[in-house]
Amino acid sequence: MGTIFLWKTIYASKAAGESISGYTLQGMISYYLVITIVDAFTAVSEDDWQIAADIKDGNISQFLLKPLNYLTYRFTLFLSGRAVYTLVALLPVGIFIMCYRHSFYIPVHVSTLGWFMLSICLTGAMQFFLSYTMALLAFWVAEVSTFIFILYAFEYLAGGHVFPLNLLPPAIVQVLDFTPFPYQLFFPVSIYLEQVSGAELARGLVIQSLWVFVLYGLAKWTWSRGIRKYSAVGG
Amino acid sequence: MNINEPLPQTRALRFSRYAGIYSALWKNSVIREMGFKTNFLLWMVVELLWFSLQLVFVSVIYLHTENIGTWTKWQVVMLMGCSHFIQQVFQGFFFVNCSQLPELVRTGKMDFMLLLPVNTRFVVSLRNVDLGAFFTAGSGLAVMFYAGSRMHLSLEPIVCIGFMILCAASVMIHYSIMFLLASISFWTVRAQGVIFGYYNLFNISRLPDEAFQGGFRRIFSFGLPLLLVVNVPVRFLIHKMENMWGLVLLLAMSLVWLIVSEICWRYSLKHYTSASS
Repeated sequence: MGTIFLWKTIYASKAAGESISGYTLQGMISYYLVITIVDAFTAVSEDDWQIAADIKDGNISQFLLKPLNYLTYRFTLFLSGRAVYTLVALLPVGIFIMCYRHSFYIPVHVSTLGWFMLSICLTGAMQFFLSYTMALLAFWVAEVSTFIFILYAFEYLAGGHVFPLNLLPPAIVQVLDFTPFPYQLFFPVSIYLEQVSGAELARGLVIQSLWVFVLYGLAKWTWSRGIRKYSAVGG
Repeated sequence: MNINEPLPQTRALRFSRYAGIYSALWKNSVIREMGFKTNFLLWMVVELLWFSLQLVFVSVIYLHTENIGTWTKWQVVMLMGCSHFIQQVFQGFFFVNCSQLPELVRTGKMDFMLLLPVNTRFVVSLRNVDLGAFFTAGSGLAVMFYAGSRMHLSLEPIVCIGFMILCAASVMIHYSIMFLLASISFWTVRAQGVIFGYYNLFNISRLPDEAFQGGFRRIFSFGLPLLLVVNVPVRFLIHKMENMWGLVLLLAMSLVWLIVSEICWRYSLKHYTSASS
């Protein structure tokens, strides 16, 4: 919310209707509002800490004995957690958007909403697999929170949480495009704001799906390596 | 000490007794931190990373604009540095302790704190020291120095002393509000939202005050003084004060919030009903 005020002040000193890197004041406000929506749907909240704690305390032993895939188990927990959270968050986010309804961008094409939802699902999967992999580091180190916070910092900046990525110099944006981060947040948001369309949209969705597979593979691989290291503390 | 001897009562003796206890707490914390050196260093990396993230944000904004209100780039960098400095000093002294208070209440470990023959608030608020935070506070100062040199700011001793006093008042505000939030745990038992709430609140404080207008600005100056804690010390340092009322307000607010948190603490403590047993 503070950031929106900050941008308002910046735009106030500019000529009316002037835009910064293609964002008018309305566009900028909408950008931050859509971020809160995507976040509500996809942000990993407690899952990574719980997984790390399961490993550290040896609780994971009981899952190894059951005919149950731990990854699938955690994924269903993540999905249900997000579903509940989204329902609860509906009210405050709704009020927030109502306050800014005059500035809030409504997509022109109905199909945009469909692509947006699809991209959100992919983002959710990416977020989960990445956090899952990070949490599995608990097989090797006792304290994973520092690693998780370091990754958060990169996700925050390179994902576009702090500011729209196209405010950056184009060269940096191109480099970032090779990392998964923009596809974790910036890409779905720009779909909603209809900044990408046609071939670019299709290309982005394909890359995003590829990242989902890569991160899934990484999660699987880390698990298979980690489980060999596992010493079942207290078990 | 002979057990029958009455506890020292005069003010000077009491002060030296508490100073002795506090230095022992420091020693303990340092020893504990040094037990996990890698972790200690990694946490400093985390703090520095988040700090640079804010600086990147500022520089990206200033790629596209000349000023925010009347604030120029280096003035805002100064603001970020000062915000980091104040927050890290607060973190060094108080943060861990405040965030552990809900846990003490939930597990009933508060019993032991109450039994110790010292002021309970003293021991609850100060028993751990976060050593790394003092190092990262230094990085905030370094950024301020750099911003100052870019603004060709001259440092007069009297201004520096005034600045440090204002920073101390700001740290007291941070502490009082956080302690107040943590005291809620006496009622709700679980208060994990405390840390989250604190971070969200103080995110506002590092922005230039001119970004807020009307009702918001009044609430965050005269009620929850978030727009004072960083803005006033920086304005004072860079000779940007509109008038002297800001100084008075900040000092008064730190006193008011300290008293409010003390009243709530005493009231909450009466509500304490241990755990189990």
